[in-house]
Amino acid sequence: MKYRMEIAVAAIIIIFAAVFLVQDAAIRASGEEAWGGADGEAAALIEASGYEPWTESFWVPPSGEIESLLFALQAAIGAVIIGYIFGYWHGSRKTA
Amino acid sequence: MHIMEGFLPSPWWEIWFLVSLPFIVIGLYQLDRLVKEKREALPLLAVAGAFVFVLSSLKLPSFNGSCSHPTGTGLGGILFGPCIAAVLGLIVLIFQAVFLAHGGITTLGANVFSMGIAGPAVAYLIYKAGTRAGANTYATVFLAAALADLVTYVVTSIQLALAFPAATGFFEAFSAFAAIFAVTQVPLAIVEGAVIALVFKYIVQLKPEILTRLNLLSESTVKKLQEAAA
Repeated sequence: MKYRMEIAVAAIIIIFAAVFLVQDAAIRASGEEAWGGADGEAAALIEASGYEPWTESFWVPPSGEIESLLFALQAAIGAVIIGYIFGYWHGSRKTA
Repeated sequence: MHIMEGFLPSPWWEIWFLVSLPFIVIGLYQLDRLVKEKREALPLLAVAGAFVFVLSSLKLPSFNGSCSHPTGTGLGGILFGPCIAAVLGLIVLIFQAVFLAHGGITTLGANVFSMGIAGPAVAYLIYKAGTRAGANTYATVFLAAALADLVTYVVTSIQLALAFPAATGFFEAFSAFAAIFAVTQVPLAIVEGAVIALVFKYIVQLKPEILTRLNLLSESTVKKLQEAAA
């Protein structure tokens, strides 16, 4: 079948999203806060042992909005490149 | 997997810089040769780099209530080997360390090693072994990319456990970090493997001649894969 792989990938992503929704509902019901970053959790674990980071980032995005802007920008740069090149290949195959 | 700025004490951050450096140097040399001898592969290189940009910016919710991100470096590892993938990883990690305070300059060596070298090396070896054994190409790519993602986080856990063995010893520390990083990563690794396998299918359909030129697929395999998708 032509789209067998696309369907399989879509199914994996849907299962992934469904697992998240179920877990999220359970976590909300228990009243806990969740879905923080794993990087931050590891840092908290290290700091709990009494370690003080010996240096800090010289620039930190001033707010969550600015941070998500920059993350979105990062994804957009990548997506533009992927789209451009696949589109170029697709077009040159059609005209060849 | 980002070890945050300042979270690796001396001598560990220096050690990981030294470990990563040769891979970067070899990677730059290989890139130079690629540009000179196989120019037609450059768009594919850009795609591999762009994938790291996209996937490593997506922080996805995972098991047990925390968020983490895929790495995307498995694709570069499969296509160009771990040294070139290390250079791609380095570019993204510098971007994130400078503009996002995500990761850090002092921890760059350690982060490049886990995301740019260890993961892609695993992807590269699995892909080579899989094609040699004649396994299904897309299943091999799935496994290679998924394990590259997972190994990246296992390596981060090892790096942190080495630097912070605590009173209880390395293995206790490792299991504590692995519980945060590696376990969380399993579902993300599966999604990443699936997405990269799909992208590989599109490359086979649109530009198989680059894959044969890079000795990644034989022409007969390409034909078989294209017929199966027709």
